[in-house]
Amino acid sequence: MEQSVTTRLGDGSLVRMTPSEIRADLEEATALGARKAKVSPLEPDELDHLGEIFASNAKFTAVDIGDELVLSCDGSGNADSGTRSDELYSFQSHLGADIIELWNSDYSYKAIKAILSFEAQIMKTAQLNLVAPLQYGAMPDLGSYSQPDGPVPNWSELMPLGRIAEARAAQEEALEYAVADMVFVAEAMIEAGVDGLNFDTAGAAGDADFLAALRAVEEIKSRHPDVGIELGMASEFVLGMHGELEFHGRRLAGLWPRDQVKAAVEAGVTMFGPAVNVNTTKSVAWNVARSLTIVKPCVQESAIPVHMNVGMGVGGVPMTPYPPVDAVARVSRAMREIGRLDGL
Amino acid sequence: MGGMRTAGDLVARMQMTRGMRLDQAKAHVAERLGVSLFELSDPLVMHEVRRALGLGLIPVQELTYPSEPGAIEAKFHIAEVLEVPINSVEKFTEHIGPRPAARRAGVTAPAVEVPA
Repeated sequence: MEQSVTTRLGDGSLVRMTPSEIRADLEEATALGARKAKVSPLEPDELDHLGEIFASNAKFTAVDIGDELVLSCDGSGNADSGTRSDELYSFQSHLGADIIELWNSDYSYKAIKAILSFEAQIMKTAQLNLVAPLQYGAMPDLGSYSQPDGPVPNWSELMPLGRIAEARAAQEEALEYAVADMVFVAEAMIEAGVDGLNFDTAGAAGDADFLAALRAVEEIKSRHPDVGIELGMASEFVLGMHGELEFHGRRLAGLWPRDQVKAAVEAGVTMFGPAVNVNTTKSVAWNVARSLTIVKPCVQESAIPVHMNVGMGVGGVPMTPYPPVDAVARVSRAMREIGRLDGL
Repeated sequence: MGGMRTAGDLVARMQMTRGMRLDQAKAHVAERLGVSLFELSDPLVMHEVRRALGLGLIPVQELTYPSEPGAIEAKFHIAEVLEVPINSVEKFTEHIGPRPAARRAGVTAPAVEVPA
């Protein structure tokens, strides 16, 4: 009789599965991911390798010594040990973080603009006391520019009414505000000594949100070619909330990671973070196989390092605020050994 | 990779500011430090290399480094060793530019005129 092993579902709960059940999950997930993203499924030897990683009761697993990848982050620290600067030092010195990030709990460039001088002062002081590269991060957050939070008519209210042209015009107006705010914040951070900017969950409000991030990056890099830019996506494909927006002639609605990264490179991004959503009712093995299938062509064809989003609910890591180390370790190893990611 | 405990922060810096893929970034850092790719993630080897090149060290309970380069000082060395501009180093240099100590260090910005 086949022995079962302890593994988890996408919500983090523990389950027991046999290696055959895990293999069936892997095959189902890679077929689904390939069909959705119009890419090739994982090869049989890659599924064998994934099966080996997951068919184990070990608490922890890892890549071979010497095959480690770089970790970047959206936010550094848990906000429970002193100031945000203290958390940066902890991440650098205690956790051995490769890249650290100064962040605000209102993780939106629009919100940061109102407190920018205070944020830039923390950046300046932190740069004097840190060695590891320190970026500043927030979201393009296009939705915050719509009424009642912002100045622009709410396109999510206009569209159900069939007022499509007005909804599109509102998004186009909002993205101009968003670009201006992101560039404004970036200029202050660069003056304060920042190593790089992180535009996180780009595309969260759809193609206009993604376009705002790309245009901001392009403008920032045209003025500051040496600054680092990390662009992390909100989900696996770009929602067509507008539907007709283009960047350098490339229609943004419906882009999957392999084409998202091409738009990012054209804008001047130096590190790209694709995101693939987790299905909480499926196993972690299923979710990793689907994520790898979708992101593998992106990694193969990218001209810049790809740092996959692998945290709470994306990239195969269970959707929970406290991701179990056994799951995170398996996901991380799979991302490097099969996906050949440059970082996470 | 282990950040400052190894060469993780250095490899990350090449990815972040130069857009280098992982293998390319590791190769660049290894070549500049004179170590093997394998040694980049070895904390014992990298402690000695970082100390020798002044690339920044982590003070711990048993070991402190008051006479070694501190954070911003270490970043001057990192910029030179990796041949990559570091924004905070350039801002620091720009801000101290007019001072005599900076001029002695080769910074050529004009001196501040002190009122009589």
